[in-house]
Amino acid sequence: MTETAARATAATPRAGTLSRRRLLAWLAGTTTALVGTVVVAVAIGPAGLTPSDVAQVVATRVGFGDLLGLAAPDTLTDGIVWQLRMPRVLTAAAVGAGLAVCGVVMQSLTRNPLADPYLLGLSSGASFGAACVLVLGLTAVLPVAAFVGSTAALVATLALASASGRGAGGLSPARTVLAGLAVSQLAAAATSFVIFWSAKGDQYREILSWLLGSVAGATWTSVAVAGGAALVIGAVLASTGSLLDAFTFGDTSAAALGVPVARVRWGLLLAVALLTGALVSQSGAIGFVGLILPHAVRQLVGARHRALLPLSMLCGATFLVWADTVARTVFAPRELPVGIVTAAIGAPVFAVLLWKGRARS
Amino acid sequence: MTQTSERSAHVADAAPDAGLAAERVRWSVGGRLILDDVDVTAPPAAVTGLLGPNGTGKSTLLRLVAGVQRPDGGRVSLAGAAGAEDLLAMPRRRRARMLAFVEQDAATELPVTVLDAVLLGRTPHRSLLAGPTDDDQALARAALDRVGALALSARDVTTLSGGERQRVHMARALAQAPRVLLLDEPTNHLDVAAQLATMRLVRELTVEGVTVLAALHDLSLAAATCDHAVVLAPGDAGHVVAAGPVDEVLVPAVIDPVYGVRTTVLRHPRTGRPVLTFEEA
Repeated sequence: MTETAARATAATPRAGTLSRRRLLAWLAGTTTALVGTVVVAVAIGPAGLTPSDVAQVVATRVGFGDLLGLAAPDTLTDGIVWQLRMPRVLTAAAVGAGLAVCGVVMQSLTRNPLADPYLLGLSSGASFGAACVLVLGLTAVLPVAAFVGSTAALVATLALASASGRGAGGLSPARTVLAGLAVSQLAAAATSFVIFWSAKGDQYREILSWLLGSVAGATWTSVAVAGGAALVIGAVLASTGSLLDAFTFGDTSAAALGVPVARVRWGLLLAVALLTGALVSQSGAIGFVGLILPHAVRQLVGARHRALLPLSMLCGATFLVWADTVARTVFAPRELPVGIVTAAIGAPVFAVLLWKGRARS
Repeated sequence: MTQTSERSAHVADAAPDAGLAAERVRWSVGGRLILDDVDVTAPPAAVTGLLGPNGTGKSTLLRLVAGVQRPDGGRVSLAGAAGAEDLLAMPRRRRARMLAFVEQDAATELPVTVLDAVLLGRTPHRSLLAGPTDDDQALARAALDRVGALALSARDVTTLSGGERQRVHMARALAQAPRVLLLDEPTNHLDVAAQLATMRLVRELTVEGVTVLAALHDLSLAAATCDHAVVLAPGDAGHVVAAGPVDEVLVPAVIDPVYGVRTTVLRHPRTGRPVLTFEEA
């Protein structure tokens, strides 16, 4: 095609594809929503703080207090904001962002709208790894153990799903979910066994929080591990939009478009396992975030990964911060593990997706 | 449709005499030999029908030629202005710029728009880190226009009928601007008008210099639309029983033993092309 012909057709409006301007607008909007969410969520709670108290503490802590002429916050406010709530809220944001991007990548690579780290057993595998080192008292290697667990679960799920016969287009969605269920159950049973066999006293409570998913015990170390993983691995995954797009019609079609299918699939799935391991080591297995968020964001901006990946991360972060805020306030002073809140929202979404998939096939 | 002539000029310049050759291609899976030293050639700028009963390895052969799977042995090459190029040895992306493959029943559950699905065809032509350019958009629209599906641009591919989806896949292959088009049962599940439209499009592409290798199961359609035919036989690991111009290959002596039928070849009163009818043997 010549230059002129290309220009002529380019002038017509584009359908479906999010234009660069609209994508930037979405990114700006969701980033603002996330920042606002963090400030407001930190303020919410029994101490009666306001968002401006939060802003004051943060400004002072990062060294802008003098510059802005702010009075130093009192020690109690500083403690609540900086030591108690901020790490928790930021950890929730990092975990939400990371799980959402994992969900997008897994759904694309397995061509399965139901795929997410929780449903395919990665989270349970990571929990098992975490439980093992917790009963041994080796808290320092928690993230590593969780990563090993999630990777092993990933390999087991995919091996199981492909062992029962391989269709032309790769792994079938139903088989992958069933395999994930089997691996998930096995990992859960193994975890229960480890707890039953060797946990004592406080370890029960600690391990239970891993199983249900909670960010209640988050510290600045949690922020560093979960946030670092979500930022670094998340950024890598978020840059793979075109590669993931090429998998839209399956492995064969991706290969015919010049994509090194096996290398890309294993590279990205390993990154997902690594990220899941890092997240689960800090928050436990929080379910359905990777399922709900990508689906909701797709409804808003379409299935193109260049928009879907970063927007899912930002929305996932906002979502989990609010879910955790609900978890710690709705039955205050009692707290729910946030995993219960996400499951309460996610299970119905899962059911709807199943129903829609059924209606189509 | 306005871009047709400019496009054809471009394609023809790139490959004045491209011809596709698969030589001594071997492939086995789980210890079972599917293809054993198969030779298939698709002459340049023509439609070659890859024929044979189910299970003779037609799809497998296309996948091997497309570079989707690596054969256990053999060579696949494309003759061009610069001599024959080894398709298996070249980088994947370069191969994907020369060869487009429309597989059978490619589907997705993700709600991508038709235009985005067609834009995938531009993947091998741009950096994987970059998004589609305006030219990519224009080429995708031109391809959709060409298959008569421009009106579907904004539709979600999961809501399309089988015929519409097939047209979108053809458009995706066109957007890839290939020298060789590999089609696996392109008329499967299509009504007769859509079958003819598909094959007319394929014929138009050959006029522009594109070499087409298409697995077909409808022998009459193959007789009416292919220039050449290759017939794979069932039984022991797919081998070629006949290859050549369609008039010479689609004859009772070849078809009857391969398919286990009794064939009568008639002449179409208007086109003069062979028309095949079958009875049980």
